[in-house]
Amino acid sequence: MPEKTMRDAINEALHQAMEQDDSVFVIGEDVAGCNGSAGDVGSVGGVFGVTSGIYNRWPDRCVDTPISESAIVGAAAGAALVGMRPVAEIMFADFIGVCMDQIVNQMGKFRYMFGGKSRCPAVIRFASGGGFSAAGQHSQAMYQVMTSFPGLKVVVPSNAYDAKGLMLTAIQDDDPVLFFEPKILYQETAEVPDEMYTIPFGEANFVREGDDVTVVAFGQMVPKAAAVIDALGEEGISCDLIDPRTTSPLDENAILESVQATGRLVVVDEAPPRCGLTADIAGLAADKAFSSLKAPIKQVSAPHSPTPFSPELEAAYLPDAEKITAAIKATLA
Amino acid sequence: MSIPKETLLHSYRSMKTIREFEERVHAEIMNGQIPGFTHLYTGQEANAVAVCAHLDESDTIISTHRGHGHCIAKGADVSGMMKELFGSSEGLCKGKGGSMHVADIDKGILGANGIVAGGPPISVGSALAAKIRKNGKVAVSFSGDGSVNQGTCFEAMNMAVVLQVPAVFVIENNYYSEHTHIDYAVGCDDLKARTEAFGFPVFVADGADFFAVYEAAGKAIAHARAGNGPAGVFAEQGRYHGHFVGDPQAYRGEGELDDLRENHDPLKVFRQHMATSGDLSEAELDAIDAEVMAEIEQSVVDAKAAARPTPDQVTADVYIQYGATA
Repeated sequence: MPEKTMRDAINEALHQAMEQDDSVFVIGEDVAGCNGSAGDVGSVGGVFGVTSGIYNRWPDRCVDTPISESAIVGAAAGAALVGMRPVAEIMFADFIGVCMDQIVNQMGKFRYMFGGKSRCPAVIRFASGGGFSAAGQHSQAMYQVMTSFPGLKVVVPSNAYDAKGLMLTAIQDDDPVLFFEPKILYQETAEVPDEMYTIPFGEANFVREGDDVTVVAFGQMVPKAAAVIDALGEEGISCDLIDPRTTSPLDENAILESVQATGRLVVVDEAPPRCGLTADIAGLAADKAFSSLKAPIKQVSAPHSPTPFSPELEAAYLPDAEKITAAIKATLA
Repeated sequence: MSIPKETLLHSYRSMKTIREFEERVHAEIMNGQIPGFTHLYTGQEANAVAVCAHLDESDTIISTHRGHGHCIAKGADVSGMMKELFGSSEGLCKGKGGSMHVADIDKGILGANGIVAGGPPISVGSALAAKIRKNGKVAVSFSGDGSVNQGTCFEAMNMAVVLQVPAVFVIENNYYSEHTHIDYAVGCDDLKARTEAFGFPVFVADGADFFAVYEAAGKAIAHARAGNGPAGVFAEQGRYHGHFVGDPQAYRGEGELDDLRENHDPLKVFRQHMATSGDLSEAELDAIDAEVMAEIEQSVVDAKAAARPTPDQVTADVYIQYGATA
């Protein structure tokens, strides 16, 4: 099976979805690129190249916009309300700050407020997360915040294979979907089939299977946790590694069944700890699997701080192998 | 300007329906029968009706927190709206939306909207869909003088020009952003010029005069529908009631409301036009009045008798489908 990067896997999903359905279009800043300039229109394909080649095939369905995030999300929401399937790009997840209303109060609530009589099949893509020394306004995960809003579905792929299948599911889904692409993983490769396939939302992936500890990790923390678990295997410690893949809906059963089997839980996420996914999953287990627990639940997250710039500081900020290892061992102490 | 008699009859009926709907809603709120926050459109009826007179069902509108009039003008079911305001599960939105979120997608009503200037970006999306599909539809966003100072309004106007989509921005100037006058809140002296600086024509009309708004909206909508990009309509007309029902209206000048009701009543102005032109007789208009009043009365009777939602409906319709979708 061919190896592809996560960037190429998502790009392939977009191309295939647009081939299949002419109601699909992409919209955002520089999704084509070079409009109005001396350069070749379409030669950018998004700052991370994820929409590469789309303009050249479907110029009418590759819509470059001004830097106007509220208008981008609003345009996607409005087009979706009248039956299109837009895939909008918000360059960095941090920019949710300037289009929160259109995401949360508008597209996320249409169906409910309108008594179930509307559908809003829009996908909003975001490059998300830390690891680039991109500092405080270009490094946040943000999916943990958006998970708290009913009406939105939230996807966080951790590898190229899942990214393609989840994107194709997202585009076909009739509810609004927020699709967070951990940008540190864009160049990571996996085996990705050429044909179209979907991965259901709300179905976690067991990345590793083991008996001693349940580890739940999100996005870019999944490969980090997998590496730790592989190393701990050498020491005779075996872990389940659960990648929920979608944080809304969340595959609660997969997590609870694993915790009931292992009796130990470590939750790993790159976002700060308060009101985040590590606390959310810990709360779930404490509520519904308390009697199975043999040790306190451990949460591994960034500290309650903005993302710092300096590489040394960011390395200290993001959860790393050392912290994940320590947390797993702490549950076994 | 010649307007077909059917259009005149329908438009007068719509204006009268809005008037009676709003006045009855006001009374029912004062009686404690309608919960929540409600913003009434009384006095501004000509704006919505004259704009929607140029639209068909598959053109879209998006509205505001003061949205009852736009929804009625675009063809929303009045009885369903009244039930919605009463919070019934038989309401247009099953009691989930209420006054500020009345919507009927099948009628091209993309919703009233509780966020000032929340609508214009969404309307640009509907217009973009029309452009991609090349179907000749237009997308109208109604918003008020308060909305023109929101960034989302600026973003939507600029993007509509950049993308050359058939979006029509109808700005209803009722002079007050809640309790603050437009002379304070809009920093420039010429809002029309400021808006036209985005790169599209704006047509200004006296919002008390159906015929003036009809003409202005006709130009704007024709401009957009012909593929010339967005256009704007400014309709200037005060509201009879406060920002919300219960607003003490400390901002009103002496005699302001009396003058509004006496000299700037769209229904009176319409009837005066008809008396002059003879296009519709007084008897025809009176007959419409009687029918509308009976319809509104019945809608309230029905709303009070309509089913109430049950707790199990709280979590219905959050998603079309949640969980595994294999």
